[in-house]
Formats: sequence, C-alpha cells, structure tokens
Amino acid sequence: MTVRTSRRGVLATLLGAAAALPLASSGCSGAGAPLRFWGMGREGEVVAELLDGFRRENPGIEVQVEQLPWTAAHEKLLTAFAGDATPDIAQLGNTWVAELAALDALAPLDALAAAAPSVQKDDYFDGIWRTNIIGGRLLGLPWYVDTRLLFYRRDLLARAGFDHPPRDWDEWRRQLRALQRIGVEQPLILPNNEFEPLLALALQQGEPLLRDANTRGNFASPGFERALAFYLSLIRDGFAPVESDQQISNVWQEFGRGRFAFYLSGPWNIGEFRRRMPAALKDAWSTAPLPGPSGPGASTAGGSSLVIFERSRRKPEAFKLLEYFARPEVQGRFYDLTGDLPPRKSSWAWPALAADARARAFAAQLERVRPAPPVPEWERIVNDMQLHAAKAAAEGTDVAATAQAIDASVDAILAKRRWLHARGRA
Amino acid sequence: MTRKAWAGLAFVLPALAVIGLFFVVPVAIGLVLSLTDFDLYALVSLRNLRWVWFDNYLTLLREPLFWKALGNTVYFVVLGVPLSIGLSLGAAVLLQSPLVRFKPVLRTALFAPVVTTLVAVAVIWRYLFHTRYGLVNEALQTLGLNPVDWLGDPRWSMPTIILFAAWKNFGGNMIIFMAALQAVPSDLYEAARIDGANAWAQFRHITLPALAPTTLMVGILTTAGYFQLFAEPYVMTQGGPLQSTVSVLYLMYDQGFKWWNLGVASSVAFLLFGLIVLVTRALLKLAQRGGVA
Repeated sequence: MTVRTSRRGVLATLLGAAAALPLASSGCSGAGAPLRFWGMGREGEVVAELLDGFRRENPGIEVQVEQLPWTAAHEKLLTAFAGDATPDIAQLGNTWVAELAALDALAPLDALAAAAPSVQKDDYFDGIWRTNIIGGRLLGLPWYVDTRLLFYRRDLLARAGFDHPPRDWDEWRRQLRALQRIGVEQPLILPNNEFEPLLALALQQGEPLLRDANTRGNFASPGFERALAFYLSLIRDGFAPVESDQQISNVWQEFGRGRFAFYLSGPWNIGEFRRRMPAALKDAWSTAPLPGPSGPGASTAGGSSLVIFERSRRKPEAFKLLEYFARPEVQGRFYDLTGDLPPRKSSWAWPALAADARARAFAAQLERVRPAPPVPEWERIVNDMQLHAAKAAAEGTDVAATAQAIDASVDAILAKRRWLHARGRA
Repeated sequence: MTRKAWAGLAFVLPALAVIGLFFVVPVAIGLVLSLTDFDLYALVSLRNLRWVWFDNYLTLLREPLFWKALGNTVYFVVLGVPLSIGLSLGAAVLLQSPLVRFKPVLRTALFAPVVTTLVAVAVIWRYLFHTRYGLVNEALQTLGLNPVDWLGDPRWSMPTIILFAAWKNFGGNMIIFMAALQAVPSDLYEAARIDGANAWAQFRHITLPALAPTTLMVGILTTAGYFQLFAEPYVMTQGGPLQSTVSVLYLMYDQGFKWWNLGVASSVAFLLFGLIVLVTRALLKLAQRGGVA
C-alpha cells in the first residue's frame, strides 16, 4: 500500500507540475491554483459567462473551466478518478452520482450546506434533491433539472374533440383513439431505444424497482407489470410505431406535419420546438404533465448536479462556487442562456420562466418526480429493462414473462453488489 | 555468449523493449484481468476484487447475448468477406481492362471510400437508407417494390451494415489486386487468345490461379479485420435494433468502457482472439490443401 501511495504521490507531483506550467507562463498572481471546474456539453460552454459575478465577489478565487463532451464525460470521470486527476468541481448527470459515490470520489456536503443559509433544502423540488442523497449523505447540489412530460398538438386534440391534455391513462387512451379516427394513424411516439417513457410509467406506480437493499430486481411486481402492460398496449393497439429515435430523423418536422400528436420529451425541446415549428403552428402545441394511472402521474428525476471531489484540497472555496450557482438570480440567468430549468422553486419566479406556460407544465411535473434507485449499476439495469420491453413489443412476449426475464438479468447484474452487501461494503 | 551475440542482442533490444512494453505486458495484464471480476467496485479498493478464474469465460459462453453477438459477427464475416473481396477483384479487373476509359478518375473514385472518414460517410448512408426519405427506398418505389426499413428492421440492419462495410473497404484490397494483376505475364493471355480462349476462360484459367496467393493473403487479412466489426454498427445503429447489429467487439466495448466491467471485457477479447486464430488457421489449411501456399 505504501508503494502505491508513493507512486500516486509521484504521479500527482508530475501532474501538478504539468498543470502549473501553463499557469506560470500566464502570469497568475499568487492566489493559489485555480479551482478546476468540469462542465459538460452546452452547460460547459456557457458557464464561463456566469462567472463574472462570482469573480467580483471573490477576487481571490480563480476558476478554470474545462469543457467535456457528454459522450466522453463518463469515461473521463472514471479515468480521472483512477489516475488521481479529478477536478475540484464537476457537473454530473444525477444518475452518475451513485456511481461516483460508490467510488468514494465525492465529498459529503451536509456540513457545508448546513452552514450556508442560502441553500435551503425545502426550496428544492423534493425528488430532485433526493437524487443527490446517497447512503444518507448529501453529495451534490442540483444545478438544473430534467424530466419527461407530454408535448402535444393542441389543434389536433381539439379536432378530435378534446379541449385539454389527458389527465390519466384512460383518458389518454380515449384521446389516442379519437386522434386515430380523425386520421392521425399513430398519434404517439415511443422510440424503442429510449428507456425514459417506460421508466416514468414505472415510477408512477410507487413500488420500488429494486428490493432487498437494492440488491435484487423488483420488476415482477404488480406495479411494474401494470406499467409494462400499459406501455406495451400503446404499441400493440397501434397508437405508437415500433421505431427507434434513429428512424425519426426530424422530430420537429414530423410533429409540425401532424404525423403524431403526443411526444414524451424533456425541457430542452421547448426551445427546439419554438425555433423549428412552422410559424402557422406557433400556438398549436403545448406541454402537459404526464398522465398517471389515476390522475397526473410521476415522472423521472433527471438533470445535473454540481459535486465537489473528495480529493479537492479547497472544498470551502469550491462550495462557495456551488452556493453562487444555487442562487435564484444566477439560476435565472442560467435558464436564459441554456433553457435548462432550475431545481429551486424560488427560481421559478424569474420573469422569463414565470411568463412561459410551457415551462410551467414542467414546474407542475417537478413536484411529482421520483428518483431512480441509487445504485452504480442503474444505467445498465434501465437499459436492460428497455431492451426487454422493446423485444416484447416486437415479438409479442407476454407481460409476466417479460417482467421475470428483466428480474433475472437484473439479479445477474447486481450479483457483485449482493456479494459486497453481504460483507457490509456496498 | 560471444561478442557477436552481444552485439546482435544490443541491436534487437530496443525493438524487443518496445514490443515488450506495448504488446507483451498489456496482453499479459489483459489475460490476468480476464481471470478476475475487475469492475467499478474494484477500482475503489482491491479488496473488492475476486479471482474468478474461468468464470468470466463460462458465464459468457452461457450468455445468450454473447452468442447473438457471435452469430451477428459470423453473419457479417461470411457474407461480408466474399462480397468485399469479390468487389475488389471485380473493380481491379475492370480497371485493368483496356476497354475502360478515364482510369485515373475511376481509380480515385473507387478508392475514395477507403480514405474518407467513416463517421462522415455513415451519416450519408443513414440518409440514403432512411425509411421514409431515403434515396434507396425511393428507387425501390419507382420500381414498384415496397420500401424496406433498412436500419430499423432487425432482419435488414445487418445486410445494410454489410453493404456499407463492403463499399467502405473494397478499395484497399482493390489496390493490392491491381498490383498483383500487373505481375501476371501478358504472354499468357496472348497464348490463350491464340488458343481461342474467351474472356471468361482467360479469367478463370489465368487470372484467378495467378492471383491465388494474393487472394489468400487478402482473404486472411479481411477475415481477421471483419471479425473486429465495431465502428460501423457503432455509428449507424448503436447495436440496435433489438441487438441485431451487436458484434463481439461491440459487446466488449459495452462491457469495458460503458459498464466498466474490465474483467468480462478482457475475456471477450481473448475469446475473439482465439476465434480469429482458429479461423485463419483453418483458412491456411484449406489453402494448403488446394496447393496455394
């Protein structure tokens, strides 16, 4: 172990030297090394614009933003962990929090958050806040939120005889059938390689998706079977085509043409639809919370969190930045720049958000989001679930057999976790 | 050892060191890794690492997805290799023929797919084979045929990938065949013509036997290469629909880099390696029996 540590030490020194070189040449004043911030995708691009205010308040803290593409982010994070090169702060898709928590890579924020009056737990949407709590510890602050709800064509629905979006599953089915009658052959899109729709339906059931301390699948439960049966019936009754998102080359165009009237998607598509729908249909579409078995239902709790890495030597400074990003007015500006929805209820008073009826549907949905089970294997499990569901949709396997098949393969995925759990290490 | 031996050793040592460091050591580590259940948890602490000996291999051999991936890969190889080599040979013979004009242009055009970026041409192919707006389906419809869901139907996705891969790769082998064709003595053809052999008979009895060693080499290289199918399904279908384009290497990528199960991924790699060795040996044996090599 000592050999290992000293090797790591050497590596760290080398890396440190490499990192220090460009700084030395850029003539940085002696305020210490800058905080390293890893941002991903679009957020990584715009985050620099938000930092001016932070610099004004904290002239002593330099922040260096490094951008990562989403596609490479996961590998980079794990490699950085293995190579002792994690940044101070990173944006993390909140399904990854559990994974990095299993690596003990993240710093617990409970004490820091408790000491910061501006970070109020109750002001956050509960389901989103809980995605950051692993094993009873707070490991990240929600940065922006993502959930799935219905985008629908108001004009088509009106022609089919409905003046409001569906509120529950039965009404949804009635509307789908009515839409078929007015000539929209397949009024719904459920890409068979996206797990979110089925996951959202499953989360509406209230039954946990994993059992025995998250070491076994709980997919053969009445709740999941009900969700799966409903999902499959949407396809088997011909409401939704069997397609992957690869085959729907341009969702916005097809939605504009009226080839389908319902689409389950996330907040980023508000901006996209606004930009790309023909001018004549400017007001013909809207968003609505996802219908549940009886009344408005739950949905997925996605989005990104900001985390501090355990190996960061400047956690208090790093938390100052997290605190800054958590302020309602900074979240409002962040929304203006990206269209990403804020996780705090008070941020929704931001004028641009309060005025947008389509975004407000998300606020309603966010009150009813449920986090996925916090296990590192989750991404694999949920992909596996979708694969089985897609297979059942294509081959006509019955619901109970599919649910059991999912359980069997999830149990296999979680085998190592069970072994660790039996030794008290998971 | 004699001085001469030392001198010889000194000369090969740098090369051996490089090979050892970048080939032997990683392969050995990979082999060790394949006998463990190295995963995300093992990254935290080596206490969470277990020796599972041949469990990874046995589990893989029991796993339906592995067999599916293997079946897909074999499908790809069995159809793709002859198609690709046939195209190369055909194009090479065509470019050699005195009847063809604009040879430099044609040669460039036929070789172009090899040097273009795979991702860029994959985007174009995805448009060509689009169910609703693709050029290919439009052509089918003008012929009065029903459109095919090329990349979305599990029965058609692999044939589409095979077409794509053959088109993308045949240019390289074409160049090799062209070089080999130039080495065939032209008096053989003259003699055959005097004997009254037609073009097909000349091809069958002069060109093919003369190219046999080249064909064997090209065949082995292409087979070994095609067994490592990855990039095409990765950019065209992401292994879908319904895992119909998951190849063995794709499975390895998923296990290793997506799920971080490096133990399982290593054993997939070694299984694939064993398979490629077996197949190329069988090809060589076959060729020896035919008296080629």
